Amino acid sequence: MAQVTLIEAVTMALAHEMARDPSVVVLGEDVGVNGGVFRATVGLQEKFGELRVIDTPLDETTIAGVTVGLAAQGMKPVAEAQFEGFIYPMMEQIACHAARMRNRTRGRLSVPAVWRAPWGGGIHAPEHHSEANEHLFTNIPGLRVVLPSSPSRAYGLLLAAIRDPDPVIFFEPKRIYRQYKEEVPDDGEALPLDVCFVLRDGTDVTLVTWGAQVKETLEAADALAAEGISAEVIDVATLKPLDFDTIHESVKKTGRCVIVHEAPRTAGFGAEIAARLAEQAMYDLLAPVERVTGYDTHIPLFRLEMKYLPSVERIVAAAKRTLAAS
Amino acid sequence: MSIAATFEIEYLQYLDPEGKPVRKDFPEFTRDLDHMVELYKLMVSTRVFDTKSIALQRTGKLGTYASCLGHEAAHVGIGSAMRREDVLAPSYREYGAQLYRGVQPREVYLYWGGDERGNDFQNAPKHDFAWSVPIGTQCLHAAGAALAFKIRGEQRVAVCTIGDGGSSKGDFYGAINIAGAQNLPLVAVIVNNQWAISVPRRIQTGAKTLAQKGLAAGLFAIQVDGNDIIAVRKAMDDALARARSGQGGTVIEAVTYRLGDHTTADDARRYRSEAEVKEAWTRDPVKRLRAWLESKKAWDAKKEEAWKAECEAWMDEEVNAYLKTRAQPVEAMFDYLYAELPADLAQQREQAIALERGH
Ligand SMILES: Cc1ncc(C[n+]2csc(CCOP(=O)(O)OP(=O)(O)O)c2C)c(N)n1
Ligand SMILES: [Mg+2]
Repeated sequence: MAQVTLIEAVTMALAHEMARDPSVVVLGEDVGVNGGVFRATVGLQEKFGELRVIDTPLDETTIAGVTVGLAAQGMKPVAEAQFEGFIYPMMEQIACHAARMRNRTRGRLSVPAVWRAPWGGGIHAPEHHSEANEHLFTNIPGLRVVLPSSPSRAYGLLLAAIRDPDPVIFFEPKRIYRQYKEEVPDDGEALPLDVCFVLRDGTDVTLVTWGAQVKETLEAADALAAEGISAEVIDVATLKPLDFDTIHESVKKTGRCVIVHEAPRTAGFGAEIAARLAEQAMYDLLAPVERVTGYDTHIPLFRLEMKYLPSVERIVAAAKRTLAAS
Repeated sequence: MSIAATFEIEYLQYLDPEGKPVRKDFPEFTRDLDHMVELYKLMVSTRVFDTKSIALQRTGKLGTYASCLGHEAAHVGIGSAMRREDVLAPSYREYGAQLYRGVQPREVYLYWGGDERGNDFQNAPKHDFAWSVPIGTQCLHAAGAALAFKIRGEQRVAVCTIGDGGSSKGDFYGAINIAGAQNLPLVAVIVNNQWAISVPRRIQTGAKTLAQKGLAAGLFAIQVDGNDIIAVRKAMDDALARARSGQGGTVIEAVTYRLGDHTTADDARRYRSEAEVKEAWTRDPVKRLRAWLESKKAWDAKKEEAWKAECEAWMDEEVNAYLKTRAQPVEAMFDYLYAELPADLAQQREQAIALERGH
């Protein structure tokens, strides 16, 4: 069994599915000989050839539109945006075509494609290489939006994303690409695309998060435990469609909820979870819902970026506020 | 058979790799040897600056940095041809052009060192655009600037630079297309350094030259030896003069080579051969101009040594100034979002400050 990092799990899933299904192709900038700027596609072109691992001209509109065409005609493309900050030119093709094709044609055509992109801040990168923009996609009907936070979830969810009959945006938290290794069997077992994962059981407060922030949130749960506070930690993993039931069940138990994400606060995906709690869990709550998020600013260049990103300290403080309130 | 259109693309070169003339009709500006020495000096200082930048990155004092090694003729050629009132919309590598326009090395270091203040441009034209990391986007800004000049009847030119890879992007096509349709004073320089990170030039397009894209848009188009500063400068001078006098825009393809890694985060040995790089060094633009200047008795080893020492001292001063720049306070991330901070955000700003003070 292989001990792999999150990014190695991505490579493993791609290789597995390409071997299993000849209609799977990978395309993007530098994905071929170079194996991707983060090495996510390393070795794939050697193994599967230039027709299935395609270095494209440098144009995101081209990559995204060709992906729609490939998918609508029987291929299963996995397109790479080199960074989440360069996915914007792809959005027209994603929103206007990938997400609408099935609906527009009453099911005659569909777009079973995946768009992968390294995502999020905290790696000391230049401008446009550190954004969290998942909320721009969760508001687009017809898409699935997935954000794994561990090697095994990256493997299982990417397999599921490729096999899914509809378009999937698959964001990879680059800050934890190589954070740790985990035993991940290359067994082709997909994970479900519509469940949240409870990473830690607790009784006093529910901490809900996704992506790289899972790291800080688990650390915050440790810090809270040291003070006798029992926190449950949920990794949302698939933001759209949302498994609200798992979050609701937890909040029924704890009565308190802190949502953590690194995207800006206003209209971030935390707002959706908070709204559902207000709609469906009002009488289970003992305290106002708290959000620990990025500010409503651009993530600053890296000298200040850690002051923007949610910290363990901010999460602990928010959890304590929910306890103080009741 | 009737022909709807035919075209050819001129290739312009004055100096061969050894610095020997390949033609006789040298442009007028080359007679001013003091000026030619000035161009050479900036090419050298750009290279010294570049070496320093990489050393800074390697010692953890700078973030990811995109080297300009090998592009000195192209970049200085572009910067030196422009007037101060013209507008430059660069991507992220054209330091030689920017230094000529007054951008300070310490500003470059600040930006790539993770501090927005690098874009302040204390001495360079305030109207120049900042670095544009999303490939190609700056070309449309230049087209917009050119449109503004046309609307206001100003004799100014907008210049954008773009890579061979970037010339595949819709933004580039859109920019030259509107420039052709509207007869805009736009000069788009494709700095073709043969590589877009790991992707070679042949993968970008089936077209024989990148310059010919300009013809499709209705612009003038020329390919130049991008390691021959005389050729770059002549093409720029002509293009700027045409644009300034309302005769239309130009696409210049400057053929050069990226001698270094794509950035400090890249390792080019993964995708290109040492032999290819070694061969490219024989076309080194700095060596070429030096040889020509020496043949004119305008430069020698002693001057070279003295100038390099001067550059080292200059860069040391710049590095020190950079390293001494204190980080911005946490509220800096709020302070330039809007002309005036909305009340809704003022609260977040206060929270950020309070958190910083440990409340
Ligand atoms: C829209 C966009 N996509 C991808 C990237 C990532 N990226 C940065 S530089 C680069 C290659 C650029 O090559 P080229 O245009 O030839 O310019 P060069 O770096 O060689 O000067 C890529 C793909 C980006 N910055 N912006
Ligand atoms: Mg290039």
